[in-house]
Amino acid sequence: MSPVDGTAAPVPGKPRHRPARIPRTPMPERDAVRRARDFDEVTLGYTEEMARAEASRCLQCKNPTCIEGCPVNIDIKSFIGEIIDGDYHRAVAVLKERNALPAVCGRVCPQEAQCEAHCVLAKKGESVAIGRLERWLGDFDLACELEGRCVPEVGEDTGKRVAVVGSGPAGLACAGELRRSGHAVTIFESLHATGGVLTYGIPEFRLPKHIVQSEVGMLEEMGVEIVCDVVVGATYTIDDLMTEEGFDAVFVGNGAGLPMFLGIPGENLNGVYSANEYLTRVNLMRAYEFPKADTPVWRGRKVAVVGGGNVAMDAARTAKRLGADEVFLVYRRSAEEMPARKEEVHHAQEEGVEFKMLCSPVEVLGKDGWVTGIVANTMELGEPDASGRRAPMCVMGADFTIDCDTVIVALGTRANPLLSKTTPGMEINKRGYIVTDENGATTKPGVYAGGDIVTGSATVILAMGAGKRAARAMDEWLMGGVR
Amino acid sequence: MFPIVHIRQLSDAVFEMGVHAPAIAKKARAGQFLMLRIDENGERIPLTFSDWSAEEGWIRFIFMRVGKTTHQLSGLRVGDSLADVVGPLGVPTHVEDMGRVVVIGGGVGTAVAYPVARAMCAAGAEVTVIVGARNADLVILEDEFRALPLKELIIITDDGSAGRKGLVTAPLKELCEAKAVDHAMAIGPLIMMKFCAATTREYEIPTVVSLNPIMVDGTGMCGACRCTVGGETKFGCVDGPDFDGHAVDFEELMSRQRVYSDDERLADAEYDRECRCHP
Repeated sequence: MSPVDGTAAPVPGKPRHRPARIPRTPMPERDAVRRARDFDEVTLGYTEEMARAEASRCLQCKNPTCIEGCPVNIDIKSFIGEIIDGDYHRAVAVLKERNALPAVCGRVCPQEAQCEAHCVLAKKGESVAIGRLERWLGDFDLACELEGRCVPEVGEDTGKRVAVVGSGPAGLACAGELRRSGHAVTIFESLHATGGVLTYGIPEFRLPKHIVQSEVGMLEEMGVEIVCDVVVGATYTIDDLMTEEGFDAVFVGNGAGLPMFLGIPGENLNGVYSANEYLTRVNLMRAYEFPKADTPVWRGRKVAVVGGGNVAMDAARTAKRLGADEVFLVYRRSAEEMPARKEEVHHAQEEGVEFKMLCSPVEVLGKDGWVTGIVANTMELGEPDASGRRAPMCVMGADFTIDCDTVIVALGTRANPLLSKTTPGMEINKRGYIVTDENGATTKPGVYAGGDIVTGSATVILAMGAGKRAARAMDEWLMGGVR
Repeated sequence: MFPIVHIRQLSDAVFEMGVHAPAIAKKARAGQFLMLRIDENGERIPLTFSDWSAEEGWIRFIFMRVGKTTHQLSGLRVGDSLADVVGPLGVPTHVEDMGRVVVIGGGVGTAVAYPVARAMCAAGAEVTVIVGARNADLVILEDEFRALPLKELIIITDDGSAGRKGLVTAPLKELCEAKAVDHAMAIGPLIMMKFCAATTREYEIPTVVSLNPIMVDGTGMCGACRCTVGGETKFGCVDGPDFDGHAVDFEELMSRQRVYSDDERLADAEYDRECRCHP
């Protein structure tokens, strides 16, 4: 990013904003062939000129609808207004009023289904690229010297201590809000690095880890304490935290970490991975640097990834980067029903991932303990099911074999029972997710929860929204109606 | 960072290490394990507790120098630190007075057999321990076992250089034959546990084995440690590490244990090369 003068004074007697009638500003990205060989970021972000041009498209609506589409209700109109006026520091401040991780969310939020879907311009053509502007501002802030960065103000010390379990999106958002209210906050992370799914799950080429670490660092700048290598449910129970360790309240944002498998024969052959394992080896443990980094990963030549979500795309694109000659994405419905973001699908296709739609694996084949292929059934689509998507149905007698030496299963995750098992009085539902009210309060007094461990696998921003809502409720509970 | 407070070389290639980790020491129980990472580039590896002291705030584990990580570990000294230690993980070994219990420890697995035997003794069981090793040099923790109120300690080595000559299954079979066993627990190499389970199956003696599959996080997140038990897929880290020895698919586990053997050779070679540059 070019160094920009973020303090450019707005023009006195500011003229009325006249929206520019120009097409949506594309974001520069690296050439597909070259980028598919390394782990550097794919998209390059706007330059200042691009950001100004894109911001100038905003209508600055009297009643902005984009804000309704944002799970954390960022004042989108105002931050874009500040970009138009050239006051980038103020723009960042507006953004951070609602979202502590703009450089992260600017990259991984499904804006096309949220704020941008609500943009008035979307009705007639192309919405303002709100996500790209958010990312540009987030990066602008991180590129500033520390003293120039926007650190949200911390409220007066309340004397209350809160433990946050998990340093993923929900925990980070919750911790930031609680700290702003003046509570002492300690985050407990089970892994050796912070960020949760942002670190172990989302690949470097989509979300560079230094971005995650910098935005987490801002929370530490605010006085949030982070302790890694602590598994709540094992090292401490929640009851330990609220008695011996002296915390007044606990927020649980430990995510839904247990990978699901297909449950078909051959799934325990060597060369079959859960997407969680594959991505954790590569992202968290940096297996792509093996043997410089000590953790290995099996580098298959022909890789089949099972699933159609963002995680499946991440795994497929990672396999390409690890040197696979062929990567197949095997999905049981059609491309139409794939839950992955369009942008991710597009990037995967550009990088040479081959999509095999309407096929469902029924067996993993192997020889001498290693994967040699999968047998898949051809499917067709029937009536819409409970999810509203057309249900895949097996076409009888139409099974076929896909040769491969690696299978990556990306079917989603379920709740990890480690914490709930050791927390008496905290109700969970049949599927193991924590039961809460609309503000994240669990059935155990003083214990709140949010993110995937309540809703099941969802998006980064929804988890952040849940963390923030819980933080507000926790603040009220802690202060006993004082506020 | 977790400071190393104790190192003892038990044999040429086997070491006992103690680490200051008060929160973990307070919770540790027999049969549970920890994950450790030496430094920024390090692997996360699971190791089962061999001992701990809640009062003094330390935990201990025993490892054999086999690959790069354990080579590096064996080169550390008291006062050095490990980047990460996490635990206690896994379900503790089920301990109660099960009558006449035989605990079999093979090789470094003996390290895990020790706290299990100790806990079984404390629970009032009548405990016989069989310690097996390739040779006398690899027999570990003999003094510690002798200090427990065991019914009997049987040492057996492949070459007869200590105790009896043979494999652990021989004394195990004799005990079964004499109807002197109500419950067996085997901890050691997969092949040993497989044959121990095969031995007791004939006599229908409940037998628990402690598995040590490959893991990444150790908390249920990755599924690298999955194994088939009674036809169902289980995760070694959160469902285990203890399982019914008569239901475990050992063949599959032995195959899964070899996934990274080529990579391990590469890492070892790389490490050896570096070592020569920095004598």
